[in-house]
Amino acid sequence: MTTQASAVEGWLDVAGNPALLGKKCPSCGTYMFPPTGSWCPNPSCSCDELETVALSRTGTVWSYTDAQYRPPAPYVPSTDPYEPFAIAAVELEEEKLVVLGQVASGYGVADLHVGAPVELVVEPLDNGEGADKLVWRWKPVAGADRR
Amino acid sequence: MSGDVAVLGAGMHPWGKWGKPFVTYGVAAARAALADAGVAWGDVQMVVGGETVRNGYGGYVAGSTIARALGWNGARVATCYAACASGSAGIEAARTRILAGLCDIALVVGADTTPKGFLAPNAGERWDDPDWLRFRLIGATNPAYFGLYARRRIDLYGASPADFAAVKVKNSRHGLHNPYARYRKEVSADEVMESPVVADPLRLLDICATSDGAAAVVLASMETARRLGHADPVRIRAVSTVTPTFPNTVVDLPDIATDSAAAVAAPALSFRESVAAAAYEEAGLGPEDLSLAEVYDLSTALELDWYEDIGLCAKGEAEKLLHEGVTTIGGRVPVNPSGGLACFGEAVPAQAVAQVCEVTWQLRGQAGERQVEAARVGLTINQGLFGHGSCVILSK
Repeated sequence: MTTQASAVEGWLDVAGNPALLGKKCPSCGTYMFPPTGSWCPNPSCSCDELETVALSRTGTVWSYTDAQYRPPAPYVPSTDPYEPFAIAAVELEEEKLVVLGQVASGYGVADLHVGAPVELVVEPLDNGEGADKLVWRWKPVAGADRR
Repeated sequence: MSGDVAVLGAGMHPWGKWGKPFVTYGVAAARAALADAGVAWGDVQMVVGGETVRNGYGGYVAGSTIARALGWNGARVATCYAACASGSAGIEAARTRILAGLCDIALVVGADTTPKGFLAPNAGERWDDPDWLRFRLIGATNPAYFGLYARRRIDLYGASPADFAAVKVKNSRHGLHNPYARYRKEVSADEVMESPVVADPLRLLDICATSDGAAAVVLASMETARRLGHADPVRIRAVSTVTPTFPNTVVDLPDIATDSAAAVAAPALSFRESVAAAAYEEAGLGPEDLSLAEVYDLSTALELDWYEDIGLCAKGEAEKLLHEGVTTIGGRVPVNPSGGLACFGEAVPAQAVAQVCEVTWQLRGQAGERQVEAARVGLTINQGLFGHGSCVILSK
């Protein structure tokens, strides 16, 4: 088996407790994800030396949906026949930003509600070429209060 | 008023799915608009095309492709790409050139041919393209984002799938008599709620299709309009093509994440609200002045969001407004009298121009069986991928 690594280099720390890697401005405190810029996105801040930081591993659901039909390429389904998956937009409290992600396999929209707590897990991108590429997924927190 | 430009002509090619070259539709719409305006093609000094990204090089330079197809006349050309907002970006380019005194008559054309199914990103391995990454990493289609917005209406405001279906029922009735609409058939709430789920909570009939189609407008300075005998033309009072203000805290297509509000608090107005606010400010008008609105109902639930974003009602009140009949033809502010995207399906670079065509016909009293009584002021609004605001306010 080949070594598993973040599907996009530098976006995800997959060692130990996995976490999204973002950027943080040491000057004004603004966060950024994906970590693709080297300058602060805050227009009133001129800092261009951002720090790479691990983002919060837990957050609350801003909203959620699912994909009952197979999305077009470049999406690659993990199963044949295609099985629907859920998507959650999750608000990270400290960073005050919302990150989209698939919901962890085995969970669907019935397991979610706006405001529900979730935690980050990593799973293979797909079962084909993406098997050794890891992506973040949002997993409902077990035992969390349900609506 | 000094900031106004006249809409001399409006023209469309019907929406449908034929797979012909986009230029075929564009030329038909352009000729219809020129005929409506009573303007000869040779007198057009500027052509602006809405770019289409799925039709090869000709689509990338849509302005010159249309100009050439009409027969080179020496006009200046421009091509605008602002995703779903391309049409209004084109109108803005033409309007500002006219207002600057550099041009008297301009033609704006949007035309498209679309593939079947979901709109997908460009092909290839594009690991630095956010539009490609959202499909590759997450499988987040456009309807997935519509589903996220719709779900919030349910969980935060107590909306229901039946409310969303009622939007489709209304729009399908509005579009019944629109000769340019692709779908001219009444749809029942049961049909919507029995159609398959695409992106929970949205079903197939909650989500607009993709279509072929074209729309065009001929714009002129007010002085030119009078010189050509248009004594009281429909006027463009404002065009808002604003971008978001940092931090934009609503996840927008095609982004994977929002801005961070950790250091700077979110602005008082959401991006969509700010698009309308800028247009109202420029026009010196407010939501209470509207006779009608054409809003971008990519989904039924999104039409309800727009009611609130353009100030027709407070947050969470859109369903009530809908059920009271306020936004139905015959109500106080009919929304999407054309039938909206529900009856058209989206033809990306043409759609914002089509919205302006509909408002123009409504303000002239030429909308036939879908006419809004005593229409004086109309608003069009949409939002294009990558932070493109689009709002046009027109009046008699």
